Amino acid sequence: MCLGIPGRIVKIDDADKKLATVDVSGIKRQVNVACIVDEANPVSSCVGAWVLIHVGFAMSRIDEAEAAETLKILRELGEAQAEMEAMRSSGLR
Amino acid sequence: MKYVDEFRDRDRAKSLVKEIAALVSEIDIAKDRPIAIMEVCGGHTHSIFRYGIEGMLPKEIELVHGPGCPVCVLPMGRIDDCVAVAEQPNVICTTFGDAMRVPGSRKSLLQAKASGADIRMVYSPMDALALARKNPNREVVFFGIGFETTMPSTALTILQAEAEGVTNFSVFCNHITIVPTIKAILDDPDMQIDGFLGPGHVSMVIGTNPYEFVAHYYNRPMVVAGFEPLDVLQSIWMVLKQIKDGRAEIENQYTRIVPEEGNAQALDAVYKVYELREFFEWRGLGSIEHSGVRIRDAYAQYDAERKFAMPHLKVADPHACQCGGVLKGLIKPWQCQVFGTACTPETPLGALMVSSEGACAAYYQYGGIKKQAVAS
Repeated sequence: MCLGIPGRIVKIDDADKKLATVDVSGIKRQVNVACIVDEANPVSSCVGAWVLIHVGFAMSRIDEAEAAETLKILRELGEAQAEMEAMRSSGLR
Repeated sequence: MKYVDEFRDRDRAKSLVKEIAALVSEIDIAKDRPIAIMEVCGGHTHSIFRYGIEGMLPKEIELVHGPGCPVCVLPMGRIDDCVAVAEQPNVICTTFGDAMRVPGSRKSLLQAKASGADIRMVYSPMDALALARKNPNREVVFFGIGFETTMPSTALTILQAEAEGVTNFSVFCNHITIVPTIKAILDDPDMQIDGFLGPGHVSMVIGTNPYEFVAHYYNRPMVVAGFEPLDVLQSIWMVLKQIKDGRAEIENQYTRIVPEEGNAQALDAVYKVYELREFFEWRGLGSIEHSGVRIRDAYAQYDAERKFAMPHLKVADPHACQCGGVLKGLIKPWQCQVFGTACTPETPLGALMVSSEGACAAYYQYGGIKKQAVAS
């Protein structure tokens, strides 16, 4: 219920009721997209979007740039550790 | 799966754990006592156990599993009310699967179903509304539970029912709000928490600004965190970094999902349909001011509490249960006298043993037995 699952919107089913079909790893199901549309982002803009789905509602568009940024920070954290380890093992402290 | 696998990389997790250990060695308080970090959200509790994160961390870090599992904090009286409604003739009671086995004082929803009540598990409140459309001569009640994460879904379903003129649908609203709960934890003199992992999906709805008081008035760091193992580890690192630097700020690790301002459409629906209750009762924690919501007068016809007679009795938690102590992080699940004996996931006494997001069920399922053996 609280964890949600990522999926990709493949089709608009009913623009008035804000219903769309989402593909979650091959499983298709209808979801409500009311929470991810506004004047700037109409229902038609949802097709192809990656979204996080909770209890039948697309609750958030997954921000691809932010996902990449988080992964970059994670990578850098790991690299800093590898570098420090190399320094430690070199014995020059 | 996209946006999942990338955040489960084993090697990267190992180097993050080393970073965490390096940081801990530079924090002075860790020399005297463990650094206590509370994950508020049950989803994080689930991830922490599922991926064995607790076991990876240096012993100077103590993870305190907070009260953020909505199934676990449902008091018995509310289950009794739901059972009473479900047992009325002509009612179809619908619920998320998580809530089926939560014990009431008489029976759980699962037991009520076994004795003949028409109770059905649904994936979404929209499925409950579809049932109401299909069964115009029956009353369909949805058992609405959850924090702000699921609040918009029931609010939007009620708005949809109104738009379609469906009148045989109602919600038994047990939604709760996170901020008063965090405040109650911070005000509890028994609690000694150095920093928080903030709830990722509640924040996706409400944004990060509502937590500012944690930093400003209580001087504690909080990092809103995602749910994959690397998300959790990175967020722990960020909390520790704040502690080391002497900062107390609200930071956001989960930027791919959580915008600072939250979700305007979701909040609109919530404010339209719900208003704060003066008090709401929590299992194990007692009554917390302004911690629950109810359906506004304008949508009274969709409010199961007004549509049906309910006993509304306050029922004390089972005497043997120490759920309150576990929820507050005062004791570990395996220190409870009935853990794994009278209280198991198959026959739970306390709600923390019911949901996989509950600390007790998580300990039981993913290695609690080992800890129990060590303790005894």
